[in-house]
Amino acid sequence: MPSMTLLGQSLVSGVLLGGLYGLVALGLSLSWGLLRLVNLAHFALAFLGAYLVYHLGTVWHVPPWWAVLLIAPLFFVFGVLQHAVFLYFRVTELTSLLATFGISVIIESALQWIWTADFRRFETHYASTSLKVGPIYVPVIELLACIAAAALAWVTWAWLRWTYVGKALRAAAEDPEIAVAFGINRRGLAFVLSGVCAAYAGVAGAFIALISTLAPSQIWTWLGVVFAVVIIGRLGNPLGALAAGVLIGAAESVAMATFSPAWAPVVSFSVLIVLLLWQPDWL
Amino acid sequence: MTRITRPWRRRHVLAGMAGALSAGLASAGRAAPSGQPVRVGSTLSLTGPLAQTGIVHKIAGEIAVELINSRNGLLGRPVEWVLLDDQSKPEVTRSLYEKLITVDKVELITGPYATAPILSAMGVAQRYQKLFLQSSMGIPKHLTYEMAFPATPFGPEPNKSYPKVVLDAMAGTPTPPKSIAILTSKFPSAQFMAEGTRDVAKERGLNVALYLEYEFGTRDFGAIAARVKDANADFLWLGALGLDSNLLLEAMKKLDYTPKRHFHLYPAPGPLALSPDGDLALSSTFLEPAPPFTDRADVPQLAAMYKERATKANVPYAELDAQGAGMYSQWQLLEQAVNGAKSLDDKVLAQWLKKNGADTVFGKQRFDGAFNHGEPGQMVRQVQNKKWVVVWPTQFAPPGVKLIAP
Repeated sequence: MPSMTLLGQSLVSGVLLGGLYGLVALGLSLSWGLLRLVNLAHFALAFLGAYLVYHLGTVWHVPPWWAVLLIAPLFFVFGVLQHAVFLYFRVTELTSLLATFGISVIIESALQWIWTADFRRFETHYASTSLKVGPIYVPVIELLACIAAAALAWVTWAWLRWTYVGKALRAAAEDPEIAVAFGINRRGLAFVLSGVCAAYAGVAGAFIALISTLAPSQIWTWLGVVFAVVIIGRLGNPLGALAAGVLIGAAESVAMATFSPAWAPVVSFSVLIVLLLWQPDWL
Repeated sequence: MTRITRPWRRRHVLAGMAGALSAGLASAGRAAPSGQPVRVGSTLSLTGPLAQTGIVHKIAGEIAVELINSRNGLLGRPVEWVLLDDQSKPEVTRSLYEKLITVDKVELITGPYATAPILSAMGVAQRYQKLFLQSSMGIPKHLTYEMAFPATPFGPEPNKSYPKVVLDAMAGTPTPPKSIAILTSKFPSAQFMAEGTRDVAKERGLNVALYLEYEFGTRDFGAIAARVKDANADFLWLGALGLDSNLLLEAMKKLDYTPKRHFHLYPAPGPLALSPDGDLALSSTFLEPAPPFTDRADVPQLAAMYKERATKANVPYAELDAQGAGMYSQWQLLEQAVNGAKSLDDKVLAQWLKKNGADTVFGKQRFDGAFNHGEPGQMVRQVQNKKWVVVWPTQFAPPGVKLIAP
């Protein structure tokens, strides 16, 4: 039987990891839910952001928070351009899977070409820093990632709920034709949202660079768990994505502590299957 | 596709110049290889998750081909290495070996890197009855093809022999560990060794405080680190691949925990040696570029040439280690078999190797044991002053170097 300290520590680690899941899932959830585009390139973009943060930090000694300020606007522009291409080619929800898979492969190849397939690690002096709360240690970087995820999720939720733009976006997702009939500039808003999603990928990438090992092929290791998070959290629901991320992260971590680490990958899909069978009202 | 047809390059550093000079001296008085090249085909993981080690094999292989050609080639003919990228995928490896044999019509083949691609390629070699040499098959019992030979001395049962070496090293310290925590990736060769270590540890009366397996490619080690800390064993044995070691040590540091002694099976050597958390880490090896290994023929030259080229290729750890040496040994086996048997016939070459063994950078290797394996030669190395040095068995440690056990 695991000790209470072990359980508590695992729970804290899992919740913080879940924050990162939520952060990565945020842009994907918005894109899928409100633009009806399943953007697989979101993962590749997050890793491109991670590599840029790594490169700026290790080669030019740019602190990651400054790097994010540089990368997020660039990614916003990328997102806008990507959406323009999608519109031009009339990409639908289904074909977006194929198109964005292609973009992911291109980005993966570019990463491999520039930074090689070697594992990269962004070493910082604060990477191992933790806060001690009783017998529990709280890693600072993971905590910051979780706070950033919560802040972005809340701001996005508030934006969608209380602003005209947000309401228009939700209306356009709900019924595009009626929304347009009511004077909503659906196309323009979609460009903005696509840019925002890409910028969120850049932010997530910064934390991936600080927390994880980087290798181009790692893009695909996030896919399964983040998809589960997006579906459990409901498409287009930023707070749902965060909550689902925390749920999955905590469940994975507790499974690692009580059973075996080998069970962790099973957890996300088990939770998803259970919830799909149960079909609670909020899902 | 990389065709190594013009292997001569300028040397820019002293070490490389020394290598070229000795190669030149070695070839003096011999006829340069001439005629139609002997085409030797193989694949390596030049892209994909195994690429970081694939590049090590490629550099060592290129050096080997260059040196073979600087001598007399194979039967007086130059060697052309037809190298394809298997993308770290076993299914691609299988198709490419088919292509090498049936389309490219190579005369000989050598094996790829890593257990899964090796198993795929071996099936093809067996179907076409080709001699099959490999250097990184971590589970010898799967090497069931009679014309498959290992170029690295794992021995027939490394899961039994190597844990004894590691635990002997620990037992030889002033305060031998009483408990052990075993944590392993589910990567087949790591899991295989972890199970063996658990069995040997139990036989020796060590308390196995923790035995855990985690998925290959695990992203987060927070909860695993918490379990290792909770077990607080005297000795941590980690069946790690790549950067798992760094990630786990970092995760433990976040919990304010440093394992007393820690062994890492197949870590990324550079990142672990250079990390502050990697100080005094232990790992497995067969050879390091230091005495007494540098007393062996070819090792100083190979080490110097490797260092020069690995530095140029931006390989994070530019020192020769067991991986590069294994690939070089693979070509040594091929050269000695072909020139010894005076034949390119695969069956004749296999018989010659079985009968004569080969002199390699790992010393004399024999293939008369189970699964064509000879005596095991796995050792223990340790990070000391940011560099790997052999510490066990003591006769292979450089002068003045000892195992440091806190």
